[in-house]
Amino acid sequence: MSTVTTTREPLIRISKRGGVLPAWKSWGIRLIGLALSLVVCGLLIVALIGINPLKVYGTIIDGALGTSKRTWVTIRDSMTMLCIAVGLAPAFKMRFWNIGAEGQILVGGIATAACMIYLKSLPTFLLLIIMIAVSLLAGAVWGFLPGFFKAKWNTNETLFTLMMNYIALQLTSFFVAKWETPYGSNKVGMINATGHEGWLPNLFSDGFNKDFGWNVVIVLAVTLFMYLYMNKSKHGYEIAVIGDSENTARYAGIRVNKAYVRTIVLSGAICGLAGFIAVSGASHTISTSTAGGRGFTAIIVAWLAQFNSVVMIIFSFLLIILEKGAQAIASQYGLSQEVSEMITGIILFFILGSEFFVNYTLRFRGKKVTK
Amino acid sequence: MTQLISLFTSAVTFGTIIMFGALGEILTEKVGHLNLGVPGIMYMGGISGLLAAFFYQNAGGTSPILGLILSLLACFLGAALGGLIYAFLTITLRANQNVTGLTLTIFGGGVANFFGGSLNALSGGVGQISVALTAQAYRVRIPVLSDAGVIGKLFFSYGFMAYLAIIMAVVMSYFLNRTRPGLHLRAVGENPGTADAAGINVTKYKYLTTCIGAGISGLGGVFYVMDYIKGTWANDGILEGLGWLAVALVIFATWKPLRAIWASYLFGLVYWAYMYIPGLGRSSQEIFKMLPYVVTLVVLIIVSLRKKRENQPPAALGLSYFREER
Repeated sequence: MSTVTTTREPLIRISKRGGVLPAWKSWGIRLIGLALSLVVCGLLIVALIGINPLKVYGTIIDGALGTSKRTWVTIRDSMTMLCIAVGLAPAFKMRFWNIGAEGQILVGGIATAACMIYLKSLPTFLLLIIMIAVSLLAGAVWGFLPGFFKAKWNTNETLFTLMMNYIALQLTSFFVAKWETPYGSNKVGMINATGHEGWLPNLFSDGFNKDFGWNVVIVLAVTLFMYLYMNKSKHGYEIAVIGDSENTARYAGIRVNKAYVRTIVLSGAICGLAGFIAVSGASHTISTSTAGGRGFTAIIVAWLAQFNSVVMIIFSFLLIILEKGAQAIASQYGLSQEVSEMITGIILFFILGSEFFVNYTLRFRGKKVTK
Repeated sequence: MTQLISLFTSAVTFGTIIMFGALGEILTEKVGHLNLGVPGIMYMGGISGLLAAFFYQNAGGTSPILGLILSLLACFLGAALGGLIYAFLTITLRANQNVTGLTLTIFGGGVANFFGGSLNALSGGVGQISVALTAQAYRVRIPVLSDAGVIGKLFFSYGFMAYLAIIMAVVMSYFLNRTRPGLHLRAVGENPGTADAAGINVTKYKYLTTCIGAGISGLGGVFYVMDYIKGTWANDGILEGLGWLAVALVIFATWKPLRAIWASYLFGLVYWAYMYIPGLGRSSQEIFKMLPYVVTLVVLIIVSLRKKRENQPPAALGLSYFREER
């Protein structure tokens, strides 16, 4: 045969990395991705409003941490984000796609607001305990439904939880219309603005809304619990096995369906608690934007942190600082607040992309493969 | 009677928005990619179309037809660009499809609302952006027929995109089921390994389909902006809700373009039903607005209960493909 066609080696080949990268290397790659995304965001902002990029980052830091009030708000919102991410982590580690955090937050928030409105004559401590309990319960119910159908008939949980979001959203609209003050405003307004019944108090000083210490205490307690649950308990081990391979889990005698329902109920309950924190600990009102897309952003926080609690704390802070900073820029230059979502999106794209370089390597043509 | 007619026409207009979204997503899912970025893509398509019309009119353009063509093109390209970001991340970089899609939704919503809200500030104007000239071209009704009584109202009183959606659904159904590239496309979605072994260029099919699918979804966005809200921008998150409804519609239609036609109108009927039920207070209206989502949930459960083979999603939906991984 004389007509042998030779194909040249392709310019770039992709191959899977052998073994697992050491932690410093994989996190280094992610950090590079993050740094690149910040550069791109900076360039974008400069292109849009034409100011010095360093000044942009200065404004971001100032907008998020400039005063003690701003710092507390940043901490408060980061903690809410962390609470949602911590709640989602077990479900996602099990590869149960709980897209429904938005809905679970909202029903938790509705339950909290209902307690604040109807039970405000109870003593503060008792009231807060009841509020926590019902918000956990409401979130758990919202998680149970998709979990039950997934376990029973393998109904697609991604789409199920997605629909549950909108049902919760309409439920919120219903209660907002029911509880609106003043009549016709279609807003609930500050609940118990005079008596502060059911408001999460300050930890470090008297009064309300000066610090958000209790938010931090509650969320960190939940985070610690979840860390222990995921890493030190039998349930946590089962979750890890199911996430890696459902068949292996079944073969090993793990009751997969039971684990599904149990985990999603837990996941939903903690997201419901996030609703309590958002209503009682932050906004003191309920509206359709109580969840405000955080249920989706938290998925990305949990996923990118690989369900590592410490990394989730860092990511929550990072995203919220960027959000607050971007809002500061937007209001300073008269632009829309949504610039923060755009920036968040770009950063997430880069971190998602950097995951590729953690798992795969590129080999260029002509380069000797060294192993 | 007039009430019924107006319910029907608003259902069709509403259905058209989500039909575009769903058609694009059906195509994308058929090639094995669950793109949860539909809301973001519709946002990007809508804002691109609006921007094109805005700049065209600001540059002194006065031809509505040209404005329409430019904005349609820009819409398709803008939305396809969103699809390209998604495609690059999920196909080449093998990122998780759900997470990438959600990120695209956040990004697209951010981009669109940012430009929609601050475009006038950026270009030195004041107030709300409006492109009435181009929007009029989108809203031109069929001249004689649309006045022809009840029939005219029911069938001929829509902008051209309502008919484009139906044509697109029919063409897509034919393409997927009756042509060779359609067969290849479905093969990739069912089992990319087998398709690859059969000599189909999996990467090419995935890239092309994801981008074109995104472009089609984006048309829903421009229809919403130009026809539904008449060429302005509303920063109220409604388009995001419609995007998720489009995702729901894909399941409701069990991945069949033809079924998406009547299903989208049905969604429209259910969505607007509360306006036509007498004696509803404002709060109980909100409960009625749950209906489309509840109905989708019921369908989702029934589909999973019956397990009919022709109603199942593509087998490789949501999985990334790496040739060297067996």
